[in-house]
Amino acid sequence: MEYQAKQLFTAHGVPGLPGETADDPEHARAIAERIGTTVVVKAQVKTGGRGKAGGVKLADTPEEAAAKAQAILGLDIKGHVVHRVLVTEATDIAAEYYVSFLLDRANRTYLAIASAEGGMEIEQLAVERPEALAKVPVDPLAGVDEAKAREIVDAARFPAHAPPAVVDAIVDVLVKLWAVFVEEDATLVEVNPLVRTPDDRVLAIDGKVSLDDNAAFRHPSHEAFVDKSADDPLERAAKEKDLNYVKLDGEVGIIGNGAGLVMSTLDVVAYAGEEFGGVRPANFLDIGGGASAQVMANGLEIILSDPSVRSVFVNVFGGITACDAVANGIIAAVEMLKARGEHIDKPLVVRLDGNNAREGRRILDETEHDVVELVDTMDDAARRVAELAAQGA
Amino acid sequence: MSIFLSEKSRVIVQGMTGSEGSKHTQRMITAGTSIVGGVTPGKGGQQVDFAGATVPVFSSVAEAVAETGADVSVVFVPPRFAKAAVAEAVDAQVPLVVVITEGIPVHDTASFFAYAQQAGTTRIIGPNCPGLISPGKSNAGIIPADITKPGRIGLVSKSGTLTYQMMYELRDIGFSTCVGIGGDPVVGTTHIDCLQAFSDDPDTDAIVMIGEIGGDAEERAAEYISAHVSKPVVGYVAGFTAPEGKTMGHAGAIISGSAGTAQAKKEALESVGVQVGKTPSETAQLMRQVMAGG
Repeated sequence: MEYQAKQLFTAHGVPGLPGETADDPEHARAIAERIGTTVVVKAQVKTGGRGKAGGVKLADTPEEAAAKAQAILGLDIKGHVVHRVLVTEATDIAAEYYVSFLLDRANRTYLAIASAEGGMEIEQLAVERPEALAKVPVDPLAGVDEAKAREIVDAARFPAHAPPAVVDAIVDVLVKLWAVFVEEDATLVEVNPLVRTPDDRVLAIDGKVSLDDNAAFRHPSHEAFVDKSADDPLERAAKEKDLNYVKLDGEVGIIGNGAGLVMSTLDVVAYAGEEFGGVRPANFLDIGGGASAQVMANGLEIILSDPSVRSVFVNVFGGITACDAVANGIIAAVEMLKARGEHIDKPLVVRLDGNNAREGRRILDETEHDVVELVDTMDDAARRVAELAAQGA
Repeated sequence: MSIFLSEKSRVIVQGMTGSEGSKHTQRMITAGTSIVGGVTPGKGGQQVDFAGATVPVFSSVAEAVAETGADVSVVFVPPRFAKAAVAEAVDAQVPLVVVITEGIPVHDTASFFAYAQQAGTTRIIGPNCPGLISPGKSNAGIIPADITKPGRIGLVSKSGTLTYQMMYELRDIGFSTCVGIGGDPVVGTTHIDCLQAFSDDPDTDAIVMIGEIGGDAEERAAEYISAHVSKPVVGYVAGFTAPEGKTMGHAGAIISGSAGTAQAKKEALESVGVQVGKTPSETAQLMRQVMAGG
């Protein structure tokens, strides 16, 4: 969110305006009092379009700041409820610019994007006036020094729009922003707008930073930014158990190993479901390579506790994971849940192929259970699980 | 022959003495791979006994290459050391480096990829990939070797388990080489690199390409196929039911707005004459028809 981006910008010396966050109107009033000038009260949510939704308001006095905070807190902006506002000094604006660094997946390098015409949605600008947007590749080995930053501002034709002192200040912002990008392991840093004030200061007014989860080991402080909240209670429960789970809106619970196979399983179930009244997958859940009984149990528990699930498809191709271990995991998971007093009344359709599949199937066949049904192929299993979901309706 | 990897490949394993490294080194040896050495800093001079081979350990890639003539390195080292490990292999001019490690920061990958490009002597496959196998010849990575057989289909995929699924579906026809390029946002070898290599390989008759949501690699591959590939290509794309804005397991698998959807990828492939299956089995069926001459 904006205030978190602001913290990272400040830590690397990117110039901005003083401000703090508040979770209630009283605190907003106190911050406005400390700042002592007209302030802006801004909703802190992970989405754009806050201004249009009434989530950004000016306040001339501390009392007004409290009233505006009161109005903004609790607003629903595109499905995101506002729990926090940022209160910052307000400033007059002479011009608005756009700058960002991001990962360019297609070219497997970095890209600087800059425009002397900020103040609008950058996606819109990219469509309507692509010539106003400079895109400059950045070599990961060379990075952005002052010379590279000048190349970027020249490409965006800042010198034609602003006096030399302002151009120098933008160059300085770019070098510092690059430091945020590499030193914080970001995949995106964006300032929109970068503002030129009437007295020719250059300030990052609003921004966005996306951090690379894979780099968390280098940044213990990023832990504070991790969003443990999830609007869906099942996603929240899954996150607490470190499961790779996404809630969807269908009736067939899905567990599989490997992201690609699980994505494919969702598709195959949705496709098979067309024959059975349009039943659809209820979730994405990848239990990964070395699926232990515990992980299988955690996964089954989440899926079985989903009231919209009517049947469950466990789709495993044993590559690294041996299918006998998966079969034992399923049985142990069912036992574990039963021992906890949970009544398992939703049918489990299991498809095992690959490494030790025969042994895995034998284990499931020979174990006394009333809920597990083995099916040989992925397509047939998808049809069967869809049929069961339709029957359970 | 095969692409990138053959029975002549001499393979070293960086991180061979770790638990994953040693487990998969054993599997690679069992699959017939010529494993000529392991690299673990500080453990040079040791020997590791595997069923079927005793493998010397070297302290550096340069030393391993000098002693063994290795031309492939498979990297299992943990994420925080992966960048240095790959750079070391690039410095030693190893022609093919297969990075299995999952969870490498993308800045590190961008950096070692740029470093390899600059050197111009190393192809990187991965990271976060299952590696590649030329069945019956050599296996560099963690792909199970016994689920398929040698043949004349080439396979390229972002996903590990979908690679296995397809190898298994078409096990009666068999494969020249199967390459798992990995699901990270930045990968060293792309669909296009593999399409080009399969296109040039006299022992590959047809190609299966497996894609998934996110990015535009499949769309660019479609353009490439249209301009450069005359061999039949059959495609599969995973993620039709994926909702927008949620990462589906792979770090790279995310739909942003209308970009990166499975439907867009399918349409791009079909528009250049690639048949796209609705399920892995249907895709395999399409390939069967191609190989049967229909």
